[in-house]
Amino acid sequence: MDFALTDIQEMLKDSASKFINNAYDFDARQKLSASDTGYSEEHWQLFAELGWLALPFEDQYGGLDGTAVELMVLMETLGKGLLLEPYLSTVVLSGNLIQRLGNESQKSEWLTAIAGGEKKVAFAGFETASQTDITSITTRAEINGDSVKLTGKKPVVLHAQSADMLLVAAKTSDDDIGVFMVSPKESGVTIAAYPTNDGGRAADVTLNNVTVSADARLGEGENATDAIGRVLADAVIAVSAEAVGLMEKMLNATVEYTRVRKQFDMPIARFQVLQHKMVDMFVEVEQARSMLYYGAISLSADNGVDAAKAASMVKAKIGSASRLVGQTAVQLHGGMGVTEELDVGHMFKRLTMINTLFGSHDAHMDALIKAEQAA
Amino acid sequence: MNTDFTEQELAFQNEVRSFFENELPESVTRRLKAGLRMDKASQVDYQQALYEKGWAGINWPVEYGGTGWSATQRYIFFNEAARAKAPRIIPFGLNMVGPVIYTFGNDEQKQRFLPDILSSKVWWCQGYSEPNAGSDLASLKTKAVRDGDNYIVNGVKTWTTLGHYADWIFCLVRTSDTGKKQEGISFLLIDMNSPGVTVKPIITLDGRREVNEVFFEDVKVPVENLVGEEGKGWTYGKVLLTHERSNIAGVATSKQRLTDIKGMLNNPPAGVPPLKDNSVLMQRVMQTEVELTALEYTELRVLSSVSTGKAPGPESSILKIKGTEVQQALDELFLELAGIYGLPFVPEQYDDEDPSLKLEPFFAPNAAPHYYNNRKVTIYGGTNEIQKNIIAKQVLGV
Repeated sequence: MDFALTDIQEMLKDSASKFINNAYDFDARQKLSASDTGYSEEHWQLFAELGWLALPFEDQYGGLDGTAVELMVLMETLGKGLLLEPYLSTVVLSGNLIQRLGNESQKSEWLTAIAGGEKKVAFAGFETASQTDITSITTRAEINGDSVKLTGKKPVVLHAQSADMLLVAAKTSDDDIGVFMVSPKESGVTIAAYPTNDGGRAADVTLNNVTVSADARLGEGENATDAIGRVLADAVIAVSAEAVGLMEKMLNATVEYTRVRKQFDMPIARFQVLQHKMVDMFVEVEQARSMLYYGAISLSADNGVDAAKAASMVKAKIGSASRLVGQTAVQLHGGMGVTEELDVGHMFKRLTMINTLFGSHDAHMDALIKAEQAA
Repeated sequence: MNTDFTEQELAFQNEVRSFFENELPESVTRRLKAGLRMDKASQVDYQQALYEKGWAGINWPVEYGGTGWSATQRYIFFNEAARAKAPRIIPFGLNMVGPVIYTFGNDEQKQRFLPDILSSKVWWCQGYSEPNAGSDLASLKTKAVRDGDNYIVNGVKTWTTLGHYADWIFCLVRTSDTGKKQEGISFLLIDMNSPGVTVKPIITLDGRREVNEVFFEDVKVPVENLVGEEGKGWTYGKVLLTHERSNIAGVATSKQRLTDIKGMLNNPPAGVPPLKDNSVLMQRVMQTEVELTALEYTELRVLSSVSTGKAPGPESSILKIKGTEVQQALDELFLELAGIYGLPFVPEQYDDEDPSLKLEPFFAPNAAPHYYNNRKVTIYGGTNEIQKNIIAKQVLGV
């Protein structure tokens, strides 16, 4: 039993911290968020050089064979800077899905391109408000010999507007799902782009009789349901790590603020009612971190814990902890907490949006309850 | 980052499991099988079986007859004990006064007291709280006045768990009224058979006698029963509180209790309503599992630091708060499962091998008394509110 980071994990953490400290202060981040693309292409190329874009891929595709633990370490640190680059969409969702589902030639072409920073890919998968159940999608893929016709609507696809390629999940029959590589430039593809509440980018993607070659299907025709479920678990770890990084930073910011802010002729940190609220934040941050470790370790090792259950446990805990920590941080910052000028409010926004990604607290609690009822 | 056990640790786990399956004294297994509480005799039998196995001093260093176990081994031991539903170890001798004596006592005290603590030949109780010194323990007033080779002790201690079983009591007493109140406190060992010691029961909400008041009236205590230096008792007492926090969260026992709850939901015993479709209850069950899983990993994080020779991180400070919250959430679930069968008050069915009345489902009449009694866990050992004050000061620095 050992919870210490390996040397490689420490290096990853250090390089991510350096990047955030040097290039990602709050003002710089806000400027990037307000720019046309909403992120920096220069940073993206740096990520490629640092190996981050290759982190979860197998060695033979230029990857670093990183597990969920390495992903966690990187995302927690980048999360503290409120990262805007499409790491989650290109590497965690799309890259992992290509790795799990793709055939040899798809993997060698696309994983290498992603790792090198040459291509970005967006995952147009889920269609319902809660991104937990891929089997409920209605986008259809009609296969006619060598060609496939796709029709459907994919709401809120992260970073679809900057993607070189879309991975579209579609029903090939009532209970079979395929994932198809579709260029956003393909005729019949419409992208309605917008910024998101947390300063990021997303788009609604509409596919109207989009025709692609049958070769565009990832893999050799197998049902993609399980692979998507497993990638969803990785994505849960990634955003939960971001959330833990943010929560810790918000706790520290809140403690610092209450030490400096004076009312009734004394620092408000002297008031026991505020001290106990901050302790409640601290308890939740530590419990959230422990739960994150449980999830990352369970996904990395074959320890008998089912990936879907682990992901639900993690996301449920992160959801409830984020709400308490986020809301209390804003409350204790008083009026300043609800202004755009302070970073705490922006961390609160991101935490809130993380809860909506890949299944909220309530959605995962519901999944846990139903799984237990079916046991 | 991993939670894997080594080959040696797995072998150790097997050895511990086999002990609990095959080597418990007959008086203990008989009561366990019948669902009865331990009485004083079976409790002592249990602790003496651990002693004979060499496992009594779980936290003790080898030089004083302890196991010298690693943090991971202790974790394994407590998990296996919970799995076997073994009795708890009464902490006052083995986990509390023992470590104080081997850390701060003189050689004569070590030779005199440690062997009987280890072998559970002598039953110890704790004299800290007083009627007017609870959370503000340092304001304690029980006085020990030096008179030749003795201290003369006068005062009252309260919440003395199983004081009516005890042969000896370790007390924080006031030896000075000047200066800081913490600096006038000393750590004194008192024979419960001394003239002037009276033990009176306090009956708790479960109708049972677990705690007591202990009165001291001109009790003569030889000065050689003072541990360490006069005026240092507060420091020793605090060391005792932080000395060994393994198992403070009670994770292993809570895991076993959650397993039992899920078992009853999956296969309701006669009388237990089929509640699995009640999504409100199920939400509480799963929320408890989520918190408990996180708590287990918090504990593992602490163990991992300790076993690699580092000081436990700030996360260790939440173990008591979260652990007790989970315990009480489980109490509420048992109460819900018992339903109306939780109304009868028949404590004798958990004490007597042949009770006049034995109600089914057997666990149900104990659900409410246990729930009432267990409100204590967020109160004792420093209330959870006091724990928050400590975290605010020591961890957050506010």
